[in-house]
Amino acid sequence: MALATIDAAAKKGALAVQEYAQLSGRALSNVFRKPFYAADLYQQADIIGVGSLPIVILTGFFLGGALAMQSSATLAQFGAAAFTGQLVSFSMIKEIGPVVTALMVSGRNASGMASELGSMIVTEQIDAMRALGTDPLKKLVMPRIVATVVMLFFLTILADAVGILGGGLVSVMMLGQDGSQYFHTAYQSLQYADIVQGLVKPVFFGFILATIGCFYGMKTRGGTQGVGRSTTQAVVVSSVIIIATDFVIIRTMIGIFGR
Amino acid sequence: MSGVGASGGFEVPQVQLPAAAPIPGAGPEAAPAADNEPVVIFENVSIGFGRDPVLEDVSFQIHRGETRILLGVAGVGKSVLLKLSNGLLRPDSGKIIVFGQEISAMREEDLFELRGAIGTVFQEGALFDSLTVRDNVGYRLLEEHLPEDEITRRVTEALRFVELEHTLEKFPSQLSGGMRRRVAIARAIVTNPKLILYDSPTGGLDPITSTTIIELVMKQRDVTHTSSLVVTHRLQDAFMLATHRYSKEKSAMLPLPEHQTDPNTTFMMLNRAHLIFDGTTKELVESKDPFIQEYLS
Repeated sequence: MALATIDAAAKKGALAVQEYAQLSGRALSNVFRKPFYAADLYQQADIIGVGSLPIVILTGFFLGGALAMQSSATLAQFGAAAFTGQLVSFSMIKEIGPVVTALMVSGRNASGMASELGSMIVTEQIDAMRALGTDPLKKLVMPRIVATVVMLFFLTILADAVGILGGGLVSVMMLGQDGSQYFHTAYQSLQYADIVQGLVKPVFFGFILATIGCFYGMKTRGGTQGVGRSTTQAVVVSSVIIIATDFVIIRTMIGIFGR
Repeated sequence: MSGVGASGGFEVPQVQLPAAAPIPGAGPEAAPAADNEPVVIFENVSIGFGRDPVLEDVSFQIHRGETRILLGVAGVGKSVLLKLSNGLLRPDSGKIIVFGQEISAMREEDLFELRGAIGTVFQEGALFDSLTVRDNVGYRLLEEHLPEDEITRRVTEALRFVELEHTLEKFPSQLSGGMRRRVAIARAIVTNPKLILYDSPTGGLDPITSTTIIELVMKQRDVTHTSSLVVTHRLQDAFMLATHRYSKEKSAMLPLPEHQTDPNTTFMMLNRAHLIFDGTTKELVESKDPFIQEYLS
Protein backbone atom coordinates (compact mmCIF):
# COMPACT_ATOMS: atom_id res chain seq x y z
CA MET A 1 0.00 0.00 0.00
CA ALA A 2 2.75 2.39 1.06
CA LEU A 3 4.79 1.34 -1.97
CA ALA A 4 1.87 2.08 -4.26
CA THR A 5 1.49 5.53 -2.71
CA ILE A 6 5.20 6.27 -3.18
CA ASP A 7 4.98 4.96 -6.74
CA ALA A 8 1.97 7.17 -7.50
CA ALA A 9 3.62 10.22 -5.92
CA ALA A 10 6.85 9.64 -7.87
CA LYS A 11 4.93 9.32 -11.15
CA LYS A 12 2.95 12.47 -10.34
CA GLY A 13 6.16 14.34 -9.59
CA ALA A 14 7.87 13.11 -12.75
CA LEU A 15 4.81 14.07 -14.80
CA ALA A 16 4.76 17.56 -13.27
CA VAL A 17 8.46 18.05 -14.11
CA GLN A 18 7.84 16.83 -17.66
CA GLU A 19 4.86 19.17 -18.08
CA TYR A 20 6.84 22.08 -16.65
CA ALA A 21 9.75 21.39 -19.03
CA GLN A 22 7.34 21.16 -21.97
CA LEU A 23 5.62 24.42 -21.08
CA SER A 24 8.91 26.25 -20.58
CA GLY A 25 10.39 24.83 -23.78
CA ARG A 26 7.37 25.63 -25.92
CA ALA A 27 7.00 29.11 -24.44
CA LEU A 28 10.69 29.85 -25.07
CA SER A 29 10.64 28.53 -28.62
CA ASN A 30 7.65 30.81 -29.25
CA VAL A 31 9.93 33.84 -28.77
CA PHE A 32 11.36 33.09 -32.21
CA ARG A 33 8.07 32.24 -33.93
CA LYS A 34 5.47 34.48 -35.48
CA PRO A 35 3.18 36.08 -34.47
CA PHE A 36 5.16 38.02 -31.87
CA TYR A 37 2.81 39.58 -29.33
CA ALA A 38 4.73 42.82 -28.78
CA ALA A 39 1.75 44.69 -27.30
CA ASP A 40 1.20 41.92 -24.73
CA LEU A 41 4.91 41.96 -23.95
CA TYR A 42 4.90 45.72 -23.27
CA GLN A 43 1.76 45.38 -21.18
CA GLN A 44 3.31 42.65 -19.06
CA ALA A 45 6.56 44.61 -18.75
CA ASP A 46 4.52 47.51 -17.44
CA ILE A 47 2.57 45.36 -14.98
CA ILE A 48 5.58 43.38 -13.76
CA GLY A 49 8.27 46.05 -14.01
CA VAL A 50 6.64 49.40 -13.32
CA GLY A 51 4.06 47.83 -11.02
CA SER A 52 6.76 46.27 -8.85
CA LEU A 53 8.79 49.49 -8.53
CA PRO A 54 7.36 50.66 -5.16
CA ILE A 55 7.91 47.34 -3.35
CA VAL A 56 11.38 46.86 -4.83
CA ILE A 57 12.49 50.40 -3.96
CA LEU A 58 11.10 50.24 -0.42
CA THR A 59 12.47 46.78 0.39
CA GLY A 60 15.83 47.59 -1.19
CA PHE A 61 16.15 50.83 0.73
CA PHE A 62 15.24 49.42 4.13
CA LEU A 63 17.30 46.26 3.64
CA GLY A 64 20.36 48.36 2.81
CA GLY A 65 19.73 50.49 5.89
CA ALA A 66 19.21 47.48 8.15
CA LEU A 67 22.32 45.81 6.78
CA ALA A 68 24.41 48.92 7.46
CA MET A 69 23.08 49.20 10.98
CA GLN A 70 23.60 45.52 11.84
CA SER A 71 27.01 45.17 10.21
CA SER A 72 28.55 48.41 11.45
CA ALA A 73 28.06 47.34 15.06
CA THR A 74 29.82 44.03 14.42
CA LEU A 75 32.54 45.62 12.29
CA ALA A 76 33.16 48.23 14.98
CA GLN A 77 34.11 45.45 17.41
CA PHE A 78 37.08 44.70 15.12
CA GLY A 79 37.77 48.35 14.42
CA ALA A 80 36.55 47.91 10.85
CA ALA A 81 33.45 50.14 10.84
CA ALA A 82 34.93 51.95 7.84
CA PHE A 83 34.24 48.87 5.74
CA THR A 84 30.47 49.15 6.20
CA GLY A 85 30.09 50.42 2.62
CA GLN A 86 32.01 47.47 1.24
CA LEU A 87 29.93 44.94 3.19
CA VAL A 88 26.63 46.55 2.22
CA SER A 89 27.54 46.77 -1.49
CA PHE A 90 28.88 43.19 -1.55
CA SER A 91 25.80 41.83 0.18
CA MET A 92 23.33 43.86 -1.86
CA ILE A 93 24.86 43.20 -5.26
CA LYS A 94 25.83 39.56 -4.86
CA GLU A 95 23.09 38.19 -2.66
CA ILE A 96 20.38 40.27 -1.05
CA GLY A 97 19.49 42.44 -4.04
CA PRO A 98 18.86 39.59 -6.52
CA VAL A 99 17.28 37.16 -4.05
CA VAL A 100 15.02 39.57 -2.18
CA THR A 101 13.93 41.32 -5.37
CA ALA A 102 13.10 37.95 -6.93
CA LEU A 103 11.16 36.88 -3.84
CA MET A 104 9.23 40.16 -3.74
CA VAL A 105 8.44 40.02 -7.45
CA SER A 106 7.52 36.35 -7.06
CA GLY A 107 5.08 37.16 -4.26
CA ARG A 108 3.49 39.83 -6.38
CA ASN A 109 3.68 38.43 -9.90
CA ALA A 110 4.00 34.62 -9.75
CA SER A 111 0.82 34.66 -7.70
CA GLY A 112 -0.76 37.12 -10.14
CA MET A 113 0.15 34.97 -13.14
CA ALA A 114 -1.13 31.78 -11.48
CA SER A 115 -4.42 33.34 -10.43
CA GLU A 116 -5.01 35.14 -13.74
CA LEU A 117 -4.26 32.12 -15.92
CA GLY A 118 -5.99 29.81 -13.44
CA SER A 119 -9.17 31.90 -13.59
CA MET A 120 -9.00 31.81 -17.37
CA ILE A 121 -8.67 28.02 -17.26
CA VAL A 122 -11.66 27.45 -14.98
CA THR A 123 -13.87 29.83 -16.98
CA GLU A 124 -12.84 28.09 -20.23
CA GLN A 125 -11.26 31.29 -21.57
CA ILE A 126 -8.05 29.39 -22.39
CA ASP A 127 -10.06 26.76 -24.29
CA ALA A 128 -11.91 29.59 -26.04
CA MET A 129 -8.58 31.12 -27.02
CA ARG A 130 -7.36 27.78 -28.41
CA ALA A 131 -10.69 27.32 -30.19
CA LEU A 132 -10.25 30.77 -31.76
CA GLY A 133 -6.93 29.67 -33.21
CA THR A 134 -4.57 31.39 -30.75
CA ASP A 135 -1.82 29.54 -28.92
CA PRO A 136 -2.15 30.56 -25.25
CA LEU A 137 1.49 29.69 -24.66
CA LYS A 138 2.42 32.24 -27.29
CA LYS A 139 -0.13 34.88 -26.36
CA LEU A 140 -0.14 34.57 -22.57
CA VAL A 141 2.91 32.66 -21.33
CA MET A 142 5.72 33.88 -23.60
CA PRO A 143 5.15 37.62 -22.92
CA ARG A 144 5.06 36.98 -19.17
CA ILE A 145 8.34 35.05 -19.21
CA VAL A 146 10.21 37.52 -21.41
CA ALA A 147 8.84 40.55 -19.53
CA THR A 148 9.74 39.05 -16.14
CA VAL A 149 13.30 38.13 -17.15
CA VAL A 150 13.96 41.59 -18.62
CA MET A 151 12.23 43.59 -15.90
CA LEU A 152 13.65 41.59 -12.98
CA PHE A 153 17.13 42.28 -14.35
CA PHE A 154 16.56 46.04 -14.16
CA LEU A 155 14.59 45.87 -10.92
CA THR A 156 17.51 44.05 -9.30
CA ILE A 157 19.96 46.76 -10.44
CA LEU A 158 17.60 49.35 -9.00
CA ALA A 159 17.23 47.44 -5.72
CA ASP A 160 21.03 47.15 -5.45
CA ALA A 161 21.47 50.88 -6.03
CA VAL A 162 18.70 51.89 -3.64
CA GLY A 163 19.96 49.42 -1.03
CA ILE A 164 23.50 50.86 -1.15
CA LEU A 165 22.00 54.34 -0.96
CA GLY A 166 19.87 53.33 2.04
CA GLY A 167 22.92 51.86 3.74
CA GLY A 168 24.80 55.07 2.99
CA LEU A 169 22.09 57.27 4.49
CA VAL A 170 21.97 55.16 7.65
CA SER A 171 25.78 55.14 7.92
CA VAL A 172 26.03 58.90 7.54
CA MET A 173 22.92 60.12 9.31
CA MET A 174 22.51 57.54 12.07
CA LEU A 175 25.97 56.04 12.56
CA GLY A 176 27.95 59.22 11.94
CA GLN A 177 30.23 57.69 9.34
CA ASP A 178 31.87 59.57 6.51
CA GLY A 179 29.73 59.45 3.36
CA SER A 180 32.65 59.73 0.97
CA GLN A 181 34.42 56.82 2.65
CA TYR A 182 31.25 54.71 2.60
CA PHE A 183 30.64 55.12 -1.12
CA HIS A 184 34.37 54.89 -1.92
CA THR A 185 34.77 51.50 -0.20
CA ALA A 186 31.40 50.37 -1.57
CA TYR A 187 32.55 51.05 -5.14
CA GLN A 188 36.25 50.24 -5.03
CA SER A 189 36.02 46.81 -3.50
CA LEU A 190 33.68 45.53 -6.20
CA GLN A 191 35.16 43.31 -8.90
CA TYR A 192 33.95 42.11 -12.26
CA ALA A 193 32.97 38.68 -10.82
CA ASP A 194 30.71 40.30 -8.22
CA ILE A 195 28.83 42.31 -10.81
CA VAL A 196 28.48 39.27 -13.10
CA GLN A 197 27.11 37.19 -10.25
CA GLY A 198 24.64 39.92 -9.34
CA LEU A 199 23.43 40.25 -12.92
CA VAL A 200 23.26 36.54 -13.82
CA LYS A 201 21.01 35.68 -10.90
CA PRO A 202 17.97 37.80 -11.87
CA VAL A 203 17.95 36.23 -15.33
CA PHE A 204 17.56 32.75 -13.82
CA PHE A 205 15.24 33.93 -11.07
CA GLY A 206 12.99 35.79 -13.51
CA PHE A 207 12.70 32.72 -15.70
CA ILE A 208 11.93 30.52 -12.70
CA LEU A 209 9.26 32.73 -11.15
CA ALA A 210 7.49 33.39 -14.46
CA THR A 211 7.51 29.78 -15.67
CA ILE A 212 6.41 28.44 -12.26
CA GLY A 213 3.63 31.06 -12.04
CA CYS A 214 2.41 30.27 -15.55
CA PHE A 215 2.79 26.52 -15.05
CA TYR A 216 0.62 26.44 -11.95
CA GLY A 217 -1.87 28.79 -13.58
CA MET A 218 -2.15 26.65 -16.72
CA LYS A 219 -2.61 23.42 -14.77
CA THR A 220 -5.31 24.79 -12.47
CA ARG A 221 -8.21 22.41 -11.90
CA GLY A 222 -11.22 22.58 -9.65
CA GLY A 223 -12.85 26.01 -9.80
CA THR A 224 -12.10 28.92 -7.50
CA GLN A 225 -10.59 26.64 -4.86
CA GLY A 226 -8.20 25.37 -7.50
CA VAL A 227 -7.22 28.93 -8.40
CA GLY A 228 -6.38 29.63 -4.75
CA ARG A 229 -4.36 26.43 -4.53
CA SER A 230 -2.42 27.24 -7.70
CA THR A 231 -1.66 30.76 -6.48
CA THR A 232 -0.25 29.51 -3.18
CA GLN A 233 1.75 26.73 -4.84
CA ALA A 234 3.19 29.15 -7.40
CA VAL A 235 4.58 31.47 -4.72
CA VAL A 236 5.85 28.70 -2.43
CA VAL A 237 7.47 26.59 -5.15
CA SER A 238 9.02 29.53 -7.00
CA SER A 239 10.45 30.95 -3.75
CA VAL A 240 12.01 27.62 -2.76
CA ILE A 241 13.43 27.02 -6.24
CA ILE A 242 14.82 30.58 -6.37
CA ILE A 243 16.71 30.06 -3.11
CA ALA A 244 17.94 26.61 -4.17
CA THR A 245 19.05 27.99 -7.55
CA ASP A 246 20.82 30.84 -5.75
CA PHE A 247 22.96 28.29 -3.94
CA VAL A 248 23.81 26.50 -7.21
CA ILE A 249 24.70 29.78 -8.94
CA ILE A 250 26.95 30.86 -6.06
CA ARG A 251 28.80 27.53 -6.18
CA THR A 252 29.15 27.75 -9.96
CA MET A 253 30.40 31.34 -9.83
CA ILE A 254 32.95 30.49 -7.16
CA GLY A 255 34.07 27.66 -9.39
CA ILE A 256 34.43 29.99 -12.39
CA PHE A 257 35.70 33.21 -10.82
CA GLY A 258 37.12 31.95 -7.53
CA ARG A 259 34.98 34.35 -5.45
CA MET B 1 -42.26 20.46 -25.61
CA SER B 2 -42.99 21.06 -29.27
CA GLY B 3 -42.65 18.12 -31.55
CA VAL B 4 -42.51 15.41 -28.92
CA GLY B 5 -46.24 15.13 -28.60
CA ALA B 6 -46.51 14.25 -32.28
CA SER B 7 -44.78 10.96 -31.65
CA GLY B 8 -44.47 9.14 -34.97
CA GLY B 9 -46.03 10.45 -38.15
CA PHE B 10 -43.17 12.83 -39.02
CA GLU B 11 -42.71 13.56 -42.70
CA VAL B 12 -39.34 14.59 -43.97
CA PRO B 13 -39.58 17.32 -46.63
CA GLN B 14 -36.97 17.34 -49.34
CA VAL B 15 -35.04 20.60 -49.18
CA GLN B 16 -32.32 21.55 -51.63
CA LEU B 17 -29.53 23.36 -49.82
CA PRO B 18 -27.75 26.20 -51.61
CA ALA B 19 -23.97 26.06 -51.82
CA ALA B 20 -22.29 27.46 -48.72
CA ALA B 21 -20.78 30.93 -48.98
CA PRO B 22 -16.98 31.32 -49.17
CA ILE B 23 -15.34 31.64 -45.76
CA PRO B 24 -13.20 34.71 -45.20
CA GLY B 25 -10.90 34.27 -42.24
CA ALA B 26 -10.84 30.50 -42.42
CA GLY B 27 -7.41 28.91 -42.12
CA PRO B 28 -5.76 28.19 -45.45
CA GLU B 29 -5.08 24.61 -44.34
CA ALA B 30 -8.77 24.08 -43.83
CA ALA B 31 -9.45 22.98 -47.39
CA PRO B 32 -13.18 22.89 -48.05
CA ALA B 33 -14.60 19.41 -47.94
CA ALA B 34 -16.06 18.13 -51.17
CA ASP B 35 -19.84 18.54 -51.34
CA ASN B 36 -20.53 14.90 -50.58
CA GLU B 37 -17.69 14.51 -48.09
CA PRO B 38 -18.63 14.79 -44.41
CA VAL B 39 -17.12 17.81 -42.64
CA VAL B 40 -16.64 15.78 -39.45
CA ILE B 41 -15.99 12.05 -39.17
CA PHE B 42 -15.60 10.18 -35.88
CA GLU B 43 -14.31 6.63 -36.30
CA ASN B 44 -14.33 4.38 -33.24
CA VAL B 45 -13.27 7.21 -30.95
CA SER B 46 -12.59 6.41 -27.30
CA ILE B 47 -11.39 8.64 -24.49
CA GLY B 48 -11.19 8.27 -20.76
CA PHE B 49 -9.94 10.22 -17.78
CA GLY B 50 -8.24 8.10 -15.16
CA ARG B 51 -9.70 4.64 -15.17
CA ASP B 52 -13.18 5.63 -16.29
CA PRO B 53 -13.98 5.62 -20.01
CA VAL B 54 -15.94 8.73 -21.00
CA LEU B 55 -16.54 7.80 -24.63
CA GLU B 56 -16.11 4.33 -26.08
CA ASP B 57 -16.06 3.40 -29.73
CA VAL B 58 -18.04 6.45 -30.87
CA SER B 59 -18.56 6.80 -34.62
CA PHE B 60 -20.68 9.34 -36.50
CA GLN B 61 -20.48 11.89 -39.28
CA ILE B 62 -21.62 15.47 -39.84
CA HIS B 63 -22.36 16.33 -43.44
CA ARG B 64 -22.25 19.71 -45.06
CA GLY B 65 -25.20 21.88 -44.05
CA GLU B 66 -26.30 19.34 -41.46
CA THR B 67 -27.21 20.17 -37.86
CA ARG B 68 -26.59 17.29 -35.49
CA ILE B 69 -28.11 17.48 -32.05
CA LEU B 70 -26.29 15.49 -29.38
CA LEU B 71 -28.52 14.51 -26.48
CA GLY B 72 -27.60 12.89 -23.21
CA VAL B 73 -27.89 13.32 -19.50
CA ALA B 74 -25.55 15.70 -17.68
CA GLY B 75 -22.02 14.35 -17.26
CA VAL B 76 -22.31 11.72 -19.97
CA GLY B 77 -19.48 13.18 -22.08
CA LYS B 78 -21.29 15.48 -24.51
CA SER B 79 -18.90 18.40 -23.95
CA VAL B 80 -15.94 16.02 -24.20
CA LEU B 81 -17.18 14.87 -27.61
CA LEU B 82 -17.55 18.48 -28.69
CA LYS B 83 -14.03 19.33 -27.54
CA LEU B 84 -12.72 16.32 -29.45
CA SER B 85 -14.35 17.75 -32.59
CA ASN B 86 -12.10 20.80 -32.66
CA GLY B 87 -9.02 19.14 -31.20
CA LEU B 88 -9.20 20.73 -27.76
CA LEU B 89 -9.01 17.15 -26.47
CA ARG B 90 -7.30 14.19 -28.09
CA PRO B 91 -8.81 10.73 -28.24
CA ASP B 92 -7.10 7.75 -26.63
CA SER B 93 -7.94 5.73 -29.72
CA GLY B 94 -9.85 6.13 -32.97
CA LYS B 95 -9.77 8.71 -35.72
CA ILE B 96 -11.31 12.18 -35.97
CA ILE B 97 -11.34 13.76 -39.40
CA VAL B 98 -12.40 17.40 -39.80
CA PHE B 99 -12.51 19.06 -43.22
CA GLY B 100 -10.65 16.06 -44.61
CA GLN B 101 -7.77 16.32 -42.12
CA GLU B 102 -7.14 13.82 -39.37
CA ILE B 103 -7.01 16.16 -36.39
CA SER B 104 -6.34 13.35 -33.92
CA ALA B 105 -2.89 13.01 -35.50
CA MET B 106 -2.11 16.73 -35.87
CA ARG B 107 0.25 18.75 -33.71
CA GLU B 108 -1.31 21.43 -31.50
CA GLU B 109 0.53 24.13 -33.49
CA ASP B 110 -1.11 22.95 -36.72
CA LEU B 111 -4.54 22.75 -35.17
CA PHE B 112 -4.69 26.49 -34.48
CA GLU B 113 -5.02 27.25 -38.17
CA LEU B 114 -7.71 24.62 -38.72
CA ARG B 115 -9.73 25.92 -35.78
CA GLY B 116 -10.06 29.23 -37.62
CA ALA B 117 -12.72 27.50 -39.76
CA ILE B 118 -14.63 26.24 -36.73
CA GLY B 119 -16.80 28.41 -34.50
CA THR B 120 -17.28 27.25 -30.93
CA VAL B 121 -19.89 28.46 -28.46
CA PHE B 122 -18.89 27.37 -24.97
CA GLN B 123 -21.23 26.34 -22.20
CA GLU B 124 -20.92 29.57 -20.22
CA GLY B 125 -19.92 31.71 -23.16
CA ALA B 126 -16.24 31.81 -22.14
CA LEU B 127 -15.91 35.46 -23.10
CA PHE B 128 -12.61 37.17 -22.29
CA ASP B 129 -13.60 39.19 -19.25
CA SER B 130 -10.91 41.83 -19.67
CA LEU B 131 -11.94 42.65 -23.25
CA THR B 132 -14.94 44.64 -24.46
CA VAL B 133 -17.72 42.98 -26.44
CA ARG B 134 -16.21 44.46 -29.61
CA ASP B 135 -12.80 42.96 -28.90
CA ASN B 136 -14.32 39.64 -27.83
CA VAL B 137 -16.37 39.28 -30.99
CA GLY B 138 -13.58 40.63 -33.18
CA TYR B 139 -10.86 38.61 -31.44
CA ARG B 140 -9.88 36.59 -34.49
CA LEU B 141 -10.06 39.64 -36.74
CA LEU B 142 -7.76 41.51 -34.34
CA GLU B 143 -5.36 38.56 -34.37
CA GLU B 144 -5.33 38.74 -38.16
CA HIS B 145 -4.52 42.49 -37.95
CA LEU B 146 -7.44 43.55 -40.14
CA PRO B 147 -8.04 47.31 -40.42
CA GLU B 148 -9.93 48.76 -37.45
CA ASP B 149 -12.83 49.98 -39.62
CA GLU B 150 -13.21 46.54 -41.15
CA ILE B 151 -13.20 44.92 -37.69
CA THR B 152 -15.81 47.32 -36.33
CA ARG B 153 -18.01 46.76 -39.40
CA ARG B 154 -17.86 42.98 -39.19
CA VAL B 155 -18.27 42.91 -35.42
CA THR B 156 -21.31 45.20 -35.65
CA GLU B 157 -22.73 42.94 -38.35
CA ALA B 158 -22.26 39.85 -36.17
CA LEU B 159 -23.72 41.63 -33.16
CA ARG B 160 -26.70 42.77 -35.24
CA PHE B 161 -27.31 39.11 -36.06
CA VAL B 162 -27.73 38.43 -32.33
CA GLU B 163 -29.47 41.80 -31.82
CA LEU B 164 -26.82 43.20 -29.51
CA GLU B 165 -25.15 45.87 -31.62
CA HIS B 166 -25.67 48.41 -28.80
CA THR B 167 -23.31 46.49 -26.48
CA LEU B 168 -20.16 47.11 -28.53
CA GLU B 169 -18.21 48.93 -25.81
CA LYS B 170 -19.56 47.03 -22.82
CA PHE B 171 -17.59 44.44 -20.85
CA PRO B 172 -18.93 40.88 -20.39
CA SER B 173 -19.51 41.54 -16.67
CA GLN B 174 -22.02 44.24 -17.64
CA LEU B 175 -24.15 41.77 -19.60
CA SER B 176 -26.78 39.28 -18.48
CA GLY B 177 -26.20 35.52 -18.86
CA GLY B 178 -28.35 35.36 -21.99
CA MET B 179 -26.62 38.36 -23.55
CA ARG B 180 -23.22 36.81 -22.88
CA ARG B 181 -24.35 33.64 -24.64
CA ARG B 182 -25.52 35.72 -27.62
CA VAL B 183 -22.19 37.55 -27.73
CA ALA B 184 -20.48 34.13 -27.72
CA ILE B 185 -22.59 33.16 -30.75
CA ALA B 186 -21.60 36.42 -32.47
CA ARG B 187 -17.93 35.62 -31.76
CA ALA B 188 -18.37 32.15 -33.21
CA ILE B 189 -19.98 33.35 -36.45
CA VAL B 190 -17.98 36.53 -37.13
CA THR B 191 -15.52 34.71 -39.41
CA ASN B 192 -18.27 32.78 -41.22
CA PRO B 193 -17.03 29.37 -40.09
CA LYS B 194 -17.88 26.18 -41.96
CA LEU B 195 -18.70 24.34 -38.78
CA ILE B 196 -20.17 25.62 -35.53
CA LEU B 197 -20.02 23.69 -32.26
CA TYR B 198 -22.57 24.70 -29.64
CA ASP B 199 -21.90 23.41 -26.12
CA SER B 200 -25.18 23.57 -24.22
CA PRO B 201 -25.99 27.03 -25.56
CA THR B 202 -29.13 27.31 -23.41
CA GLY B 203 -27.79 25.69 -20.24
CA GLY B 204 -28.77 27.63 -17.11
CA LEU B 205 -30.94 30.13 -18.96
CA ASP B 206 -34.61 30.93 -18.43
CA PRO B 207 -37.11 29.54 -21.00
CA ILE B 208 -37.61 32.84 -22.83
CA THR B 209 -33.88 33.51 -23.20
CA SER B 210 -33.37 29.86 -24.20
CA THR B 211 -35.89 30.28 -27.01
CA THR B 212 -34.04 33.40 -28.18
CA ILE B 213 -30.76 31.46 -28.27
CA ILE B 214 -32.35 28.52 -30.12
CA GLU B 215 -33.82 30.98 -32.60
CA LEU B 216 -30.29 32.28 -33.25
CA VAL B 217 -28.96 28.75 -33.74
CA MET B 218 -31.83 28.12 -36.15
CA LYS B 219 -31.22 31.42 -37.92
CA GLN B 220 -27.60 30.46 -38.47
CA ARG B 221 -28.69 27.02 -39.70
CA ASP B 222 -31.37 28.28 -42.11
CA VAL B 223 -29.77 31.50 -43.32
CA THR B 224 -26.15 30.44 -43.85
CA HIS B 225 -26.63 26.64 -43.87
CA THR B 226 -23.57 26.11 -41.68
CA SER B 227 -22.89 22.57 -40.48
CA SER B 228 -23.24 22.38 -36.74
CA LEU B 229 -23.11 20.15 -33.71
CA VAL B 230 -25.47 21.20 -30.94
CA VAL B 231 -24.85 19.64 -27.56
CA THR B 232 -27.80 19.85 -25.21
CA HIS B 233 -29.68 17.94 -22.57
CA ARG B 234 -32.82 20.01 -23.05
CA LEU B 235 -35.33 18.15 -25.21
CA GLN B 236 -37.51 21.18 -25.78
CA ASP B 237 -34.60 23.02 -27.42
CA ALA B 238 -33.68 20.02 -29.54
CA PHE B 239 -37.20 19.45 -30.81
CA MET B 240 -37.74 23.14 -31.42
CA LEU B 241 -34.74 23.03 -33.76
CA ALA B 242 -36.16 19.97 -35.51
CA THR B 243 -39.72 21.22 -35.86
CA HIS B 244 -39.21 24.90 -36.69
CA ARG B 245 -37.53 26.93 -39.38
CA TYR B 246 -36.29 30.51 -39.46
CA SER B 247 -38.10 32.81 -41.85
CA LYS B 248 -35.78 35.49 -43.15
CA GLU B 249 -38.72 37.45 -44.55
CA LYS B 250 -40.57 37.56 -41.24
CA SER B 251 -37.38 37.61 -39.15
CA ALA B 252 -38.93 35.03 -36.90
CA MET B 253 -38.98 31.35 -36.06
CA LEU B 254 -41.96 29.56 -37.60
CA PRO B 255 -43.22 26.03 -36.97
CA LEU B 256 -42.92 23.58 -39.84
CA PRO B 257 -46.18 22.08 -41.11
CA GLU B 258 -47.59 19.47 -38.76
CA HIS B 259 -45.68 16.17 -38.68
CA GLN B 260 -42.80 17.62 -40.66
CA THR B 261 -39.28 18.08 -39.38
CA ASP B 262 -36.19 19.73 -40.74
CA PRO B 263 -34.48 17.09 -42.90
CA ASN B 264 -30.99 18.39 -42.12
CA THR B 265 -31.45 18.30 -38.37
CA THR B 266 -30.74 14.87 -36.97
CA PHE B 267 -30.12 13.41 -33.55
CA MET B 268 -27.52 11.46 -31.64
CA MET B 269 -27.74 10.26 -28.08
CA LEU B 270 -25.02 9.31 -25.63
CA ASN B 271 -25.48 6.98 -22.72
CA ARG B 272 -22.83 5.31 -20.56
CA ALA B 273 -19.96 6.27 -22.85
CA HIS B 274 -21.65 4.88 -25.95
CA LEU B 275 -23.50 6.49 -28.82
CA ILE B 276 -26.79 4.66 -28.48
CA PHE B 277 -28.70 6.54 -31.18
CA ASP B 278 -27.86 8.16 -34.49
CA GLY B 279 -30.76 9.02 -36.75
CA THR B 280 -33.63 11.30 -37.73
CA THR B 281 -36.20 12.92 -35.50
CA LYS B 282 -38.77 10.36 -36.61
CA GLU B 283 -36.45 7.47 -35.79
CA LEU B 284 -35.71 8.99 -32.41
CA VAL B 285 -39.31 9.35 -31.31
CA GLU B 286 -40.14 5.88 -32.63
CA SER B 287 -37.13 4.24 -30.97
CA LYS B 288 -37.89 1.18 -28.86
CA ASP B 289 -34.73 1.62 -26.77
CA PRO B 290 -35.92 1.76 -23.15
CA PHE B 291 -33.38 4.47 -22.20
CA ILE B 292 -34.43 6.67 -25.12
CA GLN B 293 -38.10 6.14 -24.33
CA GLU B 294 -37.47 7.11 -20.73
CA TYR B 295 -35.39 10.11 -21.78
CA LEU B 296 -38.12 11.34 -24.13
CA SER B 297 -40.99 10.72 -21.74
